[in-house]
Amino acid sequence: MATPNVYRGTGFDFSNHNRNEFLSNKGFPVPKAQSTGTTIVGCLFKGGVVLGADTRATAGPIVADKNCEKIHYLTESIRCCGAGTAADTEFTTALISSNLELHALSTGRKPHVVTAMTMLKQMLFRYQGHVGAALVLGGIDATGPHLFTIHPHGSTDKLPYVTMGSGSLAAMGVFESGWKADMERQDAVDIVCKAIEAGIFNDLGSGSNVDVCVITPEGTDMMRNYRKPNERVQKERNYKFRPGTTAWKKETIRKLVVEETVTYISGNAGTTAAEGGDAMDTS
Amino acid sequence: MSDLMAHPYHQYHPQQPQQRQFNPYTENGGTILAIAGADFSVIAGDTRQSEGYSIQTRYAPKVFKLTDKAVLAVNGFAADGNMFVKKVKQRLEWYRHAHSKDMPLRAIARMIQTMLYAQRFFPYYVYNILGGIEEDGTGAVYSFDPVGSYEREACRAAGAASALVQPFLDNQIYFKNQTPALGSAHPTHLPLRHVVELVIDSFTGATERHIEVGDSLEMYIVLARGRSLQGLEGLKDVRELSTPGSNGERLFVLRKPLKRD
Amino acid sequence: MQINGGSVIAMVGKNCVAIASDLRLGNQALTVATNFEKVFPVTDRIYLGMAGLATDVLTLRERFRFRVNMYTIKEEREIEPETFAHLVSSTLYERRFGPYFIEPIIAGITSPAKGSKPFIAGADLIGCLNFAKDFVVVGTASDELFGIAEGLWEPDLEPEDLFETISQTFLNAVDRDAFSGWGAIVHIITPEKVITRKLQARMD
Repeated sequence: MATPNVYRGTGFDFSNHNRNEFLSNKGFPVPKAQSTGTTIVGCLFKGGVVLGADTRATAGPIVADKNCEKIHYLTESIRCCGAGTAADTEFTTALISSNLELHALSTGRKPHVVTAMTMLKQMLFRYQGHVGAALVLGGIDATGPHLFTIHPHGSTDKLPYVTMGSGSLAAMGVFESGWKADMERQDAVDIVCKAIEAGIFNDLGSGSNVDVCVITPEGTDMMRNYRKPNERVQKERNYKFRPGTTAWKKETIRKLVVEETVTYISGNAGTTAAEGGDAMDTS
Repeated sequence: MSDLMAHPYHQYHPQQPQQRQFNPYTENGGTILAIAGADFSVIAGDTRQSEGYSIQTRYAPKVFKLTDKAVLAVNGFAADGNMFVKKVKQRLEWYRHAHSKDMPLRAIARMIQTMLYAQRFFPYYVYNILGGIEEDGTGAVYSFDPVGSYEREACRAAGAASALVQPFLDNQIYFKNQTPALGSAHPTHLPLRHVVELVIDSFTGATERHIEVGDSLEMYIVLARGRSLQGLEGLKDVRELSTPGSNGERLFVLRKPLKRD
Repeated sequence: MQINGGSVIAMVGKNCVAIASDLRLGNQALTVATNFEKVFPVTDRIYLGMAGLATDVLTLRERFRFRVNMYTIKEEREIEPETFAHLVSSTLYERRFGPYFIEPIIAGITSPAKGSKPFIAGADLIGCLNFAKDFVVVGTASDELFGIAEGLWEPDLEPEDLFETISQTFLNAVDRDAFSGWGAIVHIITPEKVITRKLQARMD
């Protein structure tokens, strides 16, 4: 087990805060964190829940990651989609996942989805919206399938179909026109996929591929890149350069394979004895 | 409590001066680019028009035919861009009525400068790139800033993804940072087909990494008087805009779909 | 990020990776040093690049050196590139509300026991990891790097081809950025050796 550090507390470290405040007051812009401008959705169906997400991560108008994973693991039967500040969704879900595992170990039961929801909302409320995570939580427990949304300030909703992120309106449009209660599994997957695609094509913050995750009492089916409607076309030209195109001034090579040359002092070793001169007389 | 109630609210909050502002400009995304060859010129732009995270339309042309030998690409604030093109076209028509000929490219460039600088303190929020054929039959590209500073160049990218495209052009058109093989030199002008391929790859690359670029690519190709169609053969979706069989400059447009996400 | 300037890029090739940085250190528009490398060896097979506030680049280099040494002593083995990427990530996220102003890039080759596979990763200033299959870029020239890398990169480049591609990508990108440049250094990491080259570049 890891030993607690006696010099530094656990949790966040605010020691750079004053310096950074000074820097931003002097007019230096605070660098922007990567965000997931995102479309994430969830939908209940007969006996289960489906989650969906796009795979684009942006930094301003630039696409930072074309195929990131936004459906995070909480437990085997509970998953969570994240939108907002990318690092916050990543670390918040990882922390809660870890705590749920400990909770399962200490109670000897599978965690309930409400438990995960409560842990997430209490954490987000504690940070008053500064942890910028907007989540869609879905899963199965002893009481059946559940679906929640959790906002960055800690408020939650419980609904049969939900959307979040910058593409939420485009995706909700699809649900509002096509959702029915007690759908079959494939119908639910289809409408979730359609909702995500609506976000991908109509919202600039969302793009690339569709990830879908189906959670039923029988198990969890994580379908990474369920649809890939945006693959890059073949380039018109090859851009390989002629060796020697780039001019360089100095080269150093660090060998990682240790080379050893064994020089036999006596000629008796191995088969080279005949060439190595007279064998030593050891009689 | 009763004391507080007795006084009207503004006695405790005296009227402060208030300021209201109207911002007449928006950014509508997209990117344009132009490359000049020895006896041709290529002017291209994507057709997405956006505001914030929303797509306003997937087909809003940013590249316009001015004459048979001049094409203007405008990028930035779309309303300003459209109005500016309208006014340039109007001035070119007046010129035609007065002189019974089309305005030469270098004259159009100078006219655009004066039109932009006339709005020095309430500028057209647009970057202009003018491409076409000079009177001496060479391909030319003129690029402008929003208030009329301009320059003739061999290639230029402007707009939302200009920072992504321009270094690629520096490398592939000007051969920047490339040392030629011993006993050879880099070409000063590239063949048409080569240029068309570079333009397509520039836009597919920009579409991958910039959220405001996409939907479709519209590329205008101007050929000098008497030039053969070499370089256009086998290209799909090319349409001629000039009168076929005329012995002046010839103008073609190539449209290609880009990713829509 | 714009105070000191600087950019870093990493690319994947066939059984190899490459990582490059510029050499400029500035005080806003004024260049004060032209020998400021931003890529550091972590182990024989892992290199770490950092772009951003120079004081944090140096601070974090030492912190990571300490933490990797502690890992090596405790585990009695070299750290894997992916493990190191997570170490970087959590070190940065610890300061979520008072971040170090740097963006890191990790490039390396996994241990022979894990198949000597190429690995690259990037992160933002609060530690959100980006495991790309092609290339990662950070720094003041990141827009330029994204654009040209998207044009020039192709899969399965051999070490010498990868050197040309990463060098051309990097040089042409930093030439369009006022805060990066003044020379560049490239490391090509293969399972057998690490080749380090200083590039001839524009000095303006």
